Amino acid sequence: MAPRAQPIIGAGGVAAGGCVVAVVLASFVGLGLKAEVGRGIGPAEWAAIRFTVVQAVLSALLSVAFAIPLARALARRRFPGRGVLITLLGAPFILPVIVAVLGLLAVFGRTGWLNTGLGALGLPELSIYGLHGVVLAHVFFNLPLATRLLLQGWQSIPAERFRLAAQLNLPPRMVFRTLEWPLLKQVAPGAAALIFVICLTSFAVALTLGGGPRATTIELAIYQAFRFDFDLARASLLSLIQLGLAGGAALLALWVIPNFPLSAGLDRALTRWDARGGGQAWADAAIITFGSAFLLLPLFAILLAGLQGLPLMPPVVWQTAGNSLWVAILSIAVLLLIALPMAGWISTRQRGSAEAIGLIGLSASPLMIGTGWFILINPIADPVPLALPVTALINALMALPFALRILVPPMRDVLGAYDRLARSLGLRGWAAWRWLVLPRLRAQVGFAAGLTGALSVGDLGVIALFADPDRATLPLQMYRLMGAYRTEAAAGAALVLLAMALGLFWLCDKGGRWRVEA
Amino acid sequence: MRRTFLALPLLLATQAGAETPVLTVYAGDYFTSEWGPGPKIEEGFEATCKCDLQFSTGDLLPRLLLEGERTKADVVIGLTSDVTARARETGLFAPHGQDNSTLTLPIEWTDDTFLPFNYGHTAFIYNETTMDAPPASFDALLEMDDDVKLVIQDPRTSISGLALVLWVEAVYGEKAGAVWEALAPKILTVTKDWSASYGMFTDGEVDMVLSYTTSPAYHMFAEEDFTKKAAIFPEGHYFMVETVAKVAGTDQPELADAFMAYVLSADFQRMIPMANWSLPSALPEDQWPEGWAELPLPEKVLFYSEDEAEARKAQAIETWRRALSQ
Repeated sequence: MAPRAQPIIGAGGVAAGGCVVAVVLASFVGLGLKAEVGRGIGPAEWAAIRFTVVQAVLSALLSVAFAIPLARALARRRFPGRGVLITLLGAPFILPVIVAVLGLLAVFGRTGWLNTGLGALGLPELSIYGLHGVVLAHVFFNLPLATRLLLQGWQSIPAERFRLAAQLNLPPRMVFRTLEWPLLKQVAPGAAALIFVICLTSFAVALTLGGGPRATTIELAIYQAFRFDFDLARASLLSLIQLGLAGGAALLALWVIPNFPLSAGLDRALTRWDARGGGQAWADAAIITFGSAFLLLPLFAILLAGLQGLPLMPPVVWQTAGNSLWVAILSIAVLLLIALPMAGWISTRQRGSAEAIGLIGLSASPLMIGTGWFILINPIADPVPLALPVTALINALMALPFALRILVPPMRDVLGAYDRLARSLGLRGWAAWRWLVLPRLRAQVGFAAGLTGALSVGDLGVIALFADPDRATLPLQMYRLMGAYRTEAAAGAALVLLAMALGLFWLCDKGGRWRVEA
Repeated sequence: MRRTFLALPLLLATQAGAETPVLTVYAGDYFTSEWGPGPKIEEGFEATCKCDLQFSTGDLLPRLLLEGERTKADVVIGLTSDVTARARETGLFAPHGQDNSTLTLPIEWTDDTFLPFNYGHTAFIYNETTMDAPPASFDALLEMDDDVKLVIQDPRTSISGLALVLWVEAVYGEKAGAVWEALAPKILTVTKDWSASYGMFTDGEVDMVLSYTTSPAYHMFAEEDFTKKAAIFPEGHYFMVETVAKVAGTDQPELADAFMAYVLSADFQRMIPMANWSLPSALPEDQWPEGWAELPLPEKVLFYSEDEAEARKAQAIETWRRALSQ
């Protein structure tokens, strides 16, 4: 057999991946410069590591398990408002934690809507605080992501296959086994690994809903080591442990994922003959209703509180909203510059293990990366004016694993299906991107950009360490309001933040899917 | 194109104030917001100094430790007593040069480096419309029904949380472990910071929140809400103080000294209560803003010196963690 021909795209990917590794490594060099020998890792930290892994595994498995029926129901049904619903369902993922916690408590808390309802019916109170509360909150955050990733997979099944299945008169069970199950095997492990990593870095949510120090996570231990003990050695060590766990999970998932591209269809509109029938329609409707209620009720609580707070909001909130928008746009630009070449490179490789590189930014803890860079920049320049660009860069790194998970599978499909055609036409490099890959991946590029923008708007990030009074971001401003007793005005700011994040997400997502069947 | 875009904030930052001397003051993040004390302090000081006071906000101690000798700060405002030990170790600070005897704190202050500018005490806050029998002592708090729910802050991540474990340590000493075990069923949850706890309290999720004796003042004077009260315990309340310090390597030593003097001036001290929702460090009670003197405050004040707090901290946190992890 002739040696494998040069891939048609992927040249810049190695460089982009290298940059990501360099940015993170450099930050650890920075930390190393300042670290002194501290007290090391004790039993409290080991307990934190154990709890972190347990809650992250449970949260990842349950998020994906619940996402499967929800994504399936959404993929099979068309109804008015479906597009808006799908966008709204994505909202929990981008909420700042403090807002999300108060929203969840308004529904599931001791005096929340659920317990008020149970009380009215004479039923005992359900407590949200404990491991189950942590998992519930994490499912609330991550079910939307898992659902979107699965939904995207569902949409990648060519319409012809369903047509063929209908012609063969396959019952829904067989359709699931022959068409949908192979797809799940390809998408679910990656989604689960990604959610595992997000939950690994959870901190304030886990503590609050976990009911106390039982629910101490590694990220809390990092924060404590850094902020309270200023033990950079211990903080860095914990951060490396977190990185190792995340990397392990990623490699395992990417190893499990079978590597066979789905052959392309003719990009025809999808009709699901197999989903006809009253019973199935009712089941899907019930799943969509239940899923939406779970995800949207806390958002509704945030909306109610926010509307009351809007008139109390000081005008400075709008100025910080402008800063946040600037950071978000910069994050999107940086992300696309890194993620597209990397996705191209990963897609041309036999195995997807290189995607694990994308996770190191998220799992090494933004606090540590930001601190490392602060140490590196400080001798050369004043880090304060660079606060916003550095925040944007770190936000892009945080979003990178999501973008890769969104981009790699469809890119693999496109390359698998059109590689020979492209070669015979001599299409490679930029031309291949321009004429082959980008037009087919518009929806995914839009989704990834929207997610990055929204995450960037909602993230407090490293700016809290060294923000100038005039360079605050919206989340920071919201925390300042809360810290000054102005809880109601803060709720208003949270609503502005939510609207901005969703708006940005909707614009990018919709822009990507313009004239494309969703 | 992208390069100029990145450089824009940098240019804007360097344009201001090339001729007038600049005093750079590092402050806690909340400090400079328009409702915080920062803007009023800036206005008040600039009126006397013919200089430009510039605040730079962030996480004070980590930032100072990271910057070390290269710090641009001339003065640092907002260091709490639990971090002064670590801050002193850096050797970055010079004596404050002010007369400690003008202070009106409920404890004796002898530190010649860190000068207090406001204080308060830890306290549990409740809503009198929903709680008709608030505990009248710390012992009574422990004996309360387990249905009464509290929210506290984590001593590993929050200054007020740390003050609470030191409070328990100061009141109960050896018995602290048993005290935490008695409190555990009443503690609904623990939050990372004060804001999340207080949000849960105002949302009605908990009956009592760990906060400050001065918290009711915000509700009284800013919202005309007189239902939020601090439960005052005869066992005493833990003292919390915020300090200001002069950086030894400052290139504006006269301005920095002038600022330290300004901190103790009546002008500065009078604005503290309403802007910072805490008590002024050098102002007799009869000069406090109207209504403030009626705020219920503890008779007995507990406080560990810097070294003592440093020595007890780790063990007190571990006792807390063990008891609440069961």
